[in-house]
Amino acid sequence: MNFFANRIVAEWLEGLGRLALLSKEAISSLFTFKASARDFIYQLYYIGVKSQSVVLVTGAFTGMVLCAQTYFQFHKVKMDTATLAVVSVSMCSELGPVLTALMVTARVGASMAAELGTMKVTEQIDALRTLATHPVDYLVVPRLLASIASLPLLTAESIMVGIISGYLVGVYLLGIDPAYSYYNMIRYTGGADVVIGIIKAFIFGGIIAIIGCYKGMTCGEGAEGVGRATTEAVVYASITILITNFFLTLTLTELLRYL
Amino acid sequence: MIEVRDLKKNFGSHTILDGVSFRVETGESTVIIGRSGGGKSVLLKHLIGLLCPDAGEVLIDGEEICGLNERQLLRVRKKFGMLFQGAALFDSLTVAENVGFALQREGKPAEEIKRKVTEMLDMVELSGSEDKKPSELSGGMRKRVGLARAIIYQPQIVLYDEPTTGLDPVVSDSIDQLILRVRDRLKVTTVVVTHDMRSARRVGQKIMMLHNGKIYVTGTPEEIFNSTDPVVHRFVNGISVPKEHYF
Repeated sequence: MNFFANRIVAEWLEGLGRLALLSKEAISSLFTFKASARDFIYQLYYIGVKSQSVVLVTGAFTGMVLCAQTYFQFHKVKMDTATLAVVSVSMCSELGPVLTALMVTARVGASMAAELGTMKVTEQIDALRTLATHPVDYLVVPRLLASIASLPLLTAESIMVGIISGYLVGVYLLGIDPAYSYYNMIRYTGGADVVIGIIKAFIFGGIIAIIGCYKGMTCGEGAEGVGRATTEAVVYASITILITNFFLTLTLTELLRYL
Repeated sequence: MIEVRDLKKNFGSHTILDGVSFRVETGESTVIIGRSGGGKSVLLKHLIGLLCPDAGEVLIDGEEICGLNERQLLRVRKKFGMLFQGAALFDSLTVAENVGFALQREGKPAEEIKRKVTEMLDMVELSGSEDKKPSELSGGMRKRVGLARAIIYQPQIVLYDEPTTGLDPVVSDSIDQLILRVRDRLKVTTVVVTHDMRSARRVGQKIMMLHNGKIYVTGTPEEIFNSTDPVVHRFVNGISVPKEHYF
């Protein structure tokens, strides 16, 4: 029992070490401009443009349900016009970045792991290396760059759509006074909330790409290995995002308190 | 020149290479034969730094490559071209993009890449296939494209991992002819890993047999094919040991 526990801990630490080395390699490669602009643009299109529908639907329905639920509770204490303020702050600093990141993880993180995993099992990554091309420069860096560039934009889109949807539901469906609601929303939503959301999205973008690529590049043999890598990429990236979000909320709120 | 000294490699508790030593001179054509799962491909991958040995040394033109990191290895790998068993073509790229990949990464002008790709595809007799995707190609065609990709930047050493496995005898012969043509035209050092004896006889100037993790015998094709050693004789003639039950 003790032997297995030690082995699990050792494997986990080893994996963490490899992930850290991949991150270091990718970040140092970012500054040497070895990634191809064509690959970056393609990834930007795939991660950023093609994820929009998923992110917009998620943002819209999150804003709507958040508005409805907040209204139901606030209505009991006659605070109807504070509803949109809650929706706005929640969407900006928490729900917008986290739900966008989780949706992109499911769509893009899984695809990165599957694509790179298939390349590994069919020796395409080895072929890259024999052609004197570092796999991190060719495969990881364009995905990382595209992911950290796309996530803040997708998050901003999700926040905007969430707030608009919440407003529409609140004002036209639930009958909240539009003028006071809008006034409260502007009053209680600070610049810090928006900045926190965008900083989080930037960091989540990096997490999605690094974990997705790492799982793909280290996947086991055969179809089973690729399947497992894909699942693990989504699970690990999602958990990492949720845990990181908690610490980012505490840290960034403290740091940006006076913004 | 390739020199391997006392190379050892284990996967878990399974010993694959148990002290392999040999030398391949510049311009020489060497074939490594041995049974499936005997470690031939593993040995080949050590030569280009795709695998790191547990012990021993691999020297390329006198430079020990086992201690080099991935970025330092890229410099050494420019001397190599490698044809993989399944060709390992990049399936998201076209044939022309696959073949011109190394030149494109080096930042060569598009016109030069196009000219060289055409030249290489002509050499492997696949002219007109530039816009095809790897999924549209047969096994033999994929290997030809893989070879064109491996030699476009004029490497000094070309490694072939089971170049004729899974191909019919006619296509296998054409691949062998291609290996010889590449060797003679580009004056490259050739290392072929195979268990196809016809192919080994045709392309090898020297044959080494890997057996039980060691180089069991080295010789010219004539010496190997006329060997009276029971292990070598059984292998080259495809005779199983009666006490071994495969089914």
